[in-house]
Parts: sequence; C-alpha cells; structure tokens
Amino acid sequence: MELLLSSAIGMLTAAGVYLILRRRSFAVVLGTTMLSYAINMFLFATGRLVVDQPPIIQKGVTSYTDPLPQALVLTAIVISFGMTAVTVMMALGAFLEGGDDRVDMPRSDREPEVSRIDAGEGRA
Amino acid sequence: MNHILIAPVILPAVMGALIILWMRADLLLQRVFSIAGTALLLGVAIYLNWLASSGEVLVYRLGNWAAPFGIVLMLDRLSALMVALTATLALAVQLYAFGSGWDRKGWHFHALWQFQMMGVCGAFLTGDAFNLFVFFEVLLIASYGLMTHGGGPMRLRAGVQYIAYNLAGSTLFLAALGVLYAVTGTLNMADMAARVAVMPAEDTALLRTGAVLLMLVFAIKASLVPLHFWLPSTYANAPGPVAALFAVMTKVGVYAIIRFYTLVFPQDTVIERVVMDLLLPAALFTLAIGQIGVLGTRNLGRLAAFAAVGSVGTLMIAVSQFTPQATTAAIYYLIHSTLASAALFLVVDMVGARRGDLWLRLDSVMPGNGIVSALFFGTAIAVVGMPPFSGFIGKLLVLDATRETVAAPWIWSTVIVTSLIAIYGMARAGSLVFWKAYEFQDVPMAAAAPVPPSVGPIPAKLEPDEHIQDLEDAASPALAAASVGLLLAGIVALTIFAGPVTRFAQDTAEQLHNPSIYLGAVLEDQEGTK
Repeated sequence: MELLLSSAIGMLTAAGVYLILRRRSFAVVLGTTMLSYAINMFLFATGRLVVDQPPIIQKGVTSYTDPLPQALVLTAIVISFGMTAVTVMMALGAFLEGGDDRVDMPRSDREPEVSRIDAGEGRA
Repeated sequence: MNHILIAPVILPAVMGALIILWMRADLLLQRVFSIAGTALLLGVAIYLNWLASSGEVLVYRLGNWAAPFGIVLMLDRLSALMVALTATLALAVQLYAFGSGWDRKGWHFHALWQFQMMGVCGAFLTGDAFNLFVFFEVLLIASYGLMTHGGGPMRLRAGVQYIAYNLAGSTLFLAALGVLYAVTGTLNMADMAARVAVMPAEDTALLRTGAVLLMLVFAIKASLVPLHFWLPSTYANAPGPVAALFAVMTKVGVYAIIRFYTLVFPQDTVIERVVMDLLLPAALFTLAIGQIGVLGTRNLGRLAAFAAVGSVGTLMIAVSQFTPQATTAAIYYLIHSTLASAALFLVVDMVGARRGDLWLRLDSVMPGNGIVSALFFGTAIAVVGMPPFSGFIGKLLVLDATRETVAAPWIWSTVIVTSLIAIYGMARAGSLVFWKAYEFQDVPMAAAAPVPPSVGPIPAKLEPDEHIQDLEDAASPALAAASVGLLLAGIVALTIFAGPVTRFAQDTAEQLHNPSIYLGAVLEDQEGTK
C-alpha cells in the first residue's frame, strides 16, 4: 500500500508540475488541481498509513489512526477548491479581456509600444 | 488571558463582513467605516505595543484549550510591532485610495482591504504553523481581489500569474507542514521548537527537508531571488494603493522567516546552518537584481517594484545572520523599507494619474509637477538609502552588524555598489520624468492617440448604477498627496527617533534570540485551560 500511495503522489506531482509550466491558463489550472490532490494525499500519509482504524475514541478499540491530518486535509481541500474556482474565474477574465489564454506577460508589459521620440515627433 | 490579543483579527473580519453585507450600495459609508476601522486597528496596535513592551510574551488560547492541542495566538514585541506597522501603513494608504478615487473603480475595495488586514495581522499573531498557512491563504485570497481591482487586460493577466505562482507556493507550504508534522508530531510552533531541540542530530534528515521547504515558501512570499519572478509584473500592474499595501506582504514572508528560524530552528543546530548557507547568497543576489532592475527598467511602476525587491535583499542580508545585532538592524530596516516602498508606489501612482502612463520617456509637463517631483525626490532618497533619511541609518546598521562575519567583503561590496546603481537609476528616472519634461514641446498629434490606461490614471468612472453611489468626483488630489506626505513624515520620524527605535529593535531582537521566554509562556503556565 505504501508503494501504491507514494507512486500515486509522485505521479500526480509530476503531472502537476509539468502542467503548471505550460503556457496556457487551462493547463495551469489543471496543474494546480493535480498538485493539490497530490498534497492532500501526502498530508494523509503524514499521519502514518493504517487500515480500518477509527480516528475518534470508541469503546473497545485500542488503536487509532491520527485524526489531525484528516482535519488538515479537510481544510486544505476547502481552500484548494475555492482557489481553483478563483483561478478559473481569473483566467476566464484574462482570456475575455486579453483575447488569448496565454499565461506569460506580453512584451508591452515591459516596453512602450511606440515611443513618441522614436516616432520622430516632439523634441523642441 | 487578555482578549484584546485577538482584536486585530476579529476587528477587520467583522468590519469587512459589515461592509459587504450592509454598505454594498453606499461608497461613502464604506469609506467612513473602513477608514475608521483601520484607525481603530491602529489604536489597538498601539495598545498591544504597550502590552508587549514589558518584555513578556502574551498568549491567547482560542476556546481556552491547552497549548499543543488548541490554537494559540501570541504577542511579543516583534508581532506587536508588525501589527502596528501594518495598521499605520494601511491607514495612510487607505487615505490615498480615498483621495485618488481608486476605491470606486471596482467592487468591494474596502471589504477586500479589511480582509487583507485580517490575514496580515493574523499571520503576525498566530503561534500555530497550520494557522499561519490559513492566514496566509486569507491574505492571499484578499490580495487576488485587490490586485485585479479595476480590471483591464494587463492587470488580469498579471493577476493570473500571481495566483498561479502563489497557489504553487501554498501547496509547497502544505508539503512543508506535512513533513514537519510527520517528524515532530505537532503543529504548535512552541511545541515544535521544544521537540526539535531534543531531537538527536542523526534523525534530522527529514526535518532538514521540511525546514528548507518552509524556507522556500517564505522566500516566495518575501520574493527572494530566484523566487521573485512573480513580483515585478504583479506590483507594476496592481493599482497604486494596493501595490503600496503589498509592501507589507513581502514583509510577512520576512517575518515568518525570522519567527521560524529563531524560534523553531534556533541557532547552532544543523538546520540553521543549512538555511544560513542558502539565505545569504540569495539575499545578495536579490539586492543586486533589484537594484539593477531599478536602473534597467523603462517603466516607473516596474522601477518601484524592483526597488521593493532590492529592499528585501538588504533586509534579508541582515536576517540571514541570525545574531541579535543583525536582527536589530533588520527590524529597523524593515520599518523603513515598508514605509519607503509604499511611498514610492504611491508617488508613482500620482505620476501615472497625471501623465496617463508610466513609461520613462519624454512627455509634456504634467499638472502639479512641482509637488509630485518633490515627493518623488524625497521618496527616492529614502528608498536608495542616502542621507539624511532612515534608509541610510538602516544600511549603516546592516553593514555594521555584518562587519565581523566571514562574508563581510561580499556583503559590503554588494550593498555599496548596488546603492550606487540604484541612485543612478532613480536619478535617471526622475530627470526623465520631471526635469526634461520642460524641454518637451507638446505636439497636437500626441493628444490624438492616447495610450490605453493600464496603470494608474483615473479612468472613466464605473457605469453608474443603483448599486454604487455616484459621488461627484470625490477624488481629492490634495488628500492623496498628503497621505504620501504622511508616509514620508513617518520616515523622517524614524530618522529623528533612530535612537529609541534602535533600542526598541534591540530589545525585540534579544527577546527573539531567547526562545525560552516564548516556550515558557505557551507551554507552561496553563492553569485554567480545559
């Protein structure tokens, strides 16, 4: 089971990192989702892997699984779910306003398109 | 247990909710309540500073649960100082947002502002590592909204980058916390510190991994090279007042580094050495790249952003030493650089509002050239760290604190050479924008093809509808200029009262480098808890 879980985490992370490095926002959104899945599983594993044991105290049970990672994962799921929604909305907004869904900044972010001096005007 | 400790978190949360639920339709009410809320927060912060000045570490146990199990908030000198700095900055910048009319160019500016305050103050006060993650998320979510406030294609695109980068950072944060939890079995920072201290050296491989992962997360927030790539485009495209508020966001990362690596992984452990070896070169590169960026950029907004990167570099040089003297210098420079970066962003925004764009090129003389150029001049001097302002004192303190280290030649030469580069960059920008403008004859054709306003200028108002009260041009340029003046006055005060501030910073540094006070306050002395 350890092998299964760790290889699943590894593959999800690899896929997530690859997708995050793409230039289109759709791939980046998918990538962050994959990464957050990988991290959620990883957080589960930090409480040690056990099968068939309750996280909450019950009568007649002597061994338990660690309840804290489950609470952490719940928080992390809520946050990453909300963040994915925000990213999708922002990417959609950028796509609709900017005309394409590329993630990188265009050249006009760093340089003026046509300088008035270069255009041969002004300068007394 | 003093309930005022949680006020910096509760107050903005309640205020933000009130604004969004009751005052959605009334911008005037929003402004009054939001600014009053921030002023109240400043009052609370001053009281907290008075409380913390006794040297005691105050602990607030949420739900009165005992320490490693429940979440704690803690207040020491550093967190009280950071809350006060945040509130001061937020108040001045909020007055600017009001005066410049930025807050009516989109929805929910004031509500998001309050939530941002909540996240930042919470991150400064929390004593629980996972809670720190939650407050980071709160401040990030609010900042996503603020960063894209006002819209526009370029700003939205920069916003997508900012979100993607920070989401990756958040997942990394969770991974780091997971590793640390797996090794230590706790998330309470004091408890973690106690367990790390007794851990045998040969078992620390995973712990070191966790510590370095955590370092990467905080380095992203603090925009240390090579994790700084999100900053220039984000800050240059964010609305002016928002970028000014973000000056404190990089400091959240720096604060977290100071907190974690003095408390949980203190000096002379294996981890500390790993981190120190990584941190100093990163800080030097950050400083160099920031200041070279100041010189190399062709846009005033990016100039301010690169100046912010550079200031983080200087700050991190001091932090990376982890000695009381260097931490003293770091705290002094932290206050200075927050105020100075914020003032620079605001001045740049004033330029943008008057010129229509921020490109460093000749243009006709803008209205109010005198006052704006005077403010730019003062701010630029403060940012690059020339006398007479506090940047100079801060840099001197940093240089003095690193005098006897092995890396001193590297540190000194980098700081001094990059200061020269920054002075040149600022002088070039200032003379192009403010001085040579007089040489430029306005041509009629220039007015015919206005550049689409992506940053800064006061664009057309939102479509007036029944949800937003259409204030008749309430933007008051005088108030905007006055709020920049307020920040500069803060820098002047920091210069004049450098003695008392340094002594305060010294006390703070001593408290930080003696984590047993903190451990005692959180873990022992728990009578009356559930």
